[in-house]
Amino acid sequence: MADIEVKQGKKGGTKRKKLSTTVDLTPMVDLGFLLITFFMFTTTMAKPKTMEIIMPSKKKTDKPNKVKDYTAMTVLLGKKNKVYYYYGIGSDPKNPPKIELTDFKPQGGLRDAIIKLKKNVAETKQRDLGVVPGVEASDQATILIKPDTSSTYADMVNALDEMQINGIETYALIDITKEDRNFIKLKDNVQSGGE
Amino acid sequence: MPKNKLPRKSTHIDMTAMCDVAFLLLTFFMLATKFKPDEPVIVTTPSSISQIPIPENSILLTMDPKGQVFFGYDNKDAKAVMIKDMNKSRNLGLTPADEQEFVIGASYGGSLSQLKDYLALDPFEKKKFPFSGVPINDSSSDLNYNELVYWVQSARSAGDNIGKTPRISIKADSKTPYPKVKKVLDILVDNEIDRFNLITSAEAIPSGTAAYADQKGTDG
Repeated sequence: MADIEVKQGKKGGTKRKKLSTTVDLTPMVDLGFLLITFFMFTTTMAKPKTMEIIMPSKKKTDKPNKVKDYTAMTVLLGKKNKVYYYYGIGSDPKNPPKIELTDFKPQGGLRDAIIKLKKNVAETKQRDLGVVPGVEASDQATILIKPDTSSTYADMVNALDEMQINGIETYALIDITKEDRNFIKLKDNVQSGGE
Repeated sequence: MPKNKLPRKSTHIDMTAMCDVAFLLLTFFMLATKFKPDEPVIVTTPSSISQIPIPENSILLTMDPKGQVFFGYDNKDAKAVMIKDMNKSRNLGLTPADEQEFVIGASYGGSLSQLKDYLALDPFEKKKFPFSGVPINDSSSDLNYNELVYWVQSARSAGDNIGKTPRISIKADSKTPYPKVKKVLDILVDNEIDRFNLITSAEAIPSGTAAYADQKGTDG
């Protein structure tokens, strides 16, 4: 095997077949693409997106912020993705707010109500600044989100998302009160009575 | 008429270039890949326009539609420290092999007393394990009743020990009732954790809104 081939005359020389140097790469390409497919299916390219939320701390040292009635809107989240809202904070029992029923649709839903609130706040500020006490330049539209026990997580996220979409900077996720539950009940009764 | 002779062409194509491309892509995917973590439950998250990516080094609390909570942690070093501490302070009776199993494992959604049995199972049986969620039965911060608080606190102190304080991400299903989510949030707020990342799927910003105008403004 290892002996050196001695060059002999033309006639006695061992004839060698000329081998091609090109290799058929098709199977290798096949394998390559198979592995690519595998990695493409198992990979998670995009990291999930998140929404940041900071809950109010329960430490008593924090001074609670007073919400001005004219800047406020209360959003109640009910069952079956229904949304109830009223302008103001609804704290006056003698003068109950007008409850509206809406949803999260892009048109004619909660978004339009929020846009209206922002417009109202801006107009009131322009008109009453320096005239009516309590109206300050720093006042902003404020939204109180109160999810009822029958609402779902999706409702909460949708409501928070509306805040982002409409550029509302002051909003809070707070517990629903007994009065607010009554508002929902009353509204539901009116709806079912009307149909 | 003279015959038009076409030169005979070989049907073979040089595969070298194609091969190069294939392996280039392969290398890319191999390096860029991060395997999907095994999920204990299938969760459909609601969508939002938020664009904040999930922070590195976060505690992941998954909630299924029934409100059961699963605990996960993406930092394996911290997880190793954490399970060692938990094993010691709660006498869970885990062997080093069990601990290792926990570190590489997926989210866990059972009580502490079930942990040892769960870790001893093989991967296939683990998937069928009847989880009932990390116990959150009592909203008081008493560690003996509320294991979720214990998990989160252990994870945070382990993260602090190795110099990476974890954030908390919550991944809940669209259909999870609000009171269940509220309960988890309340428990965490009671323990002075008030910043969360809610995992949502991406959604386009609707045109004509304030957020849309903002985005336009920052882009151009």
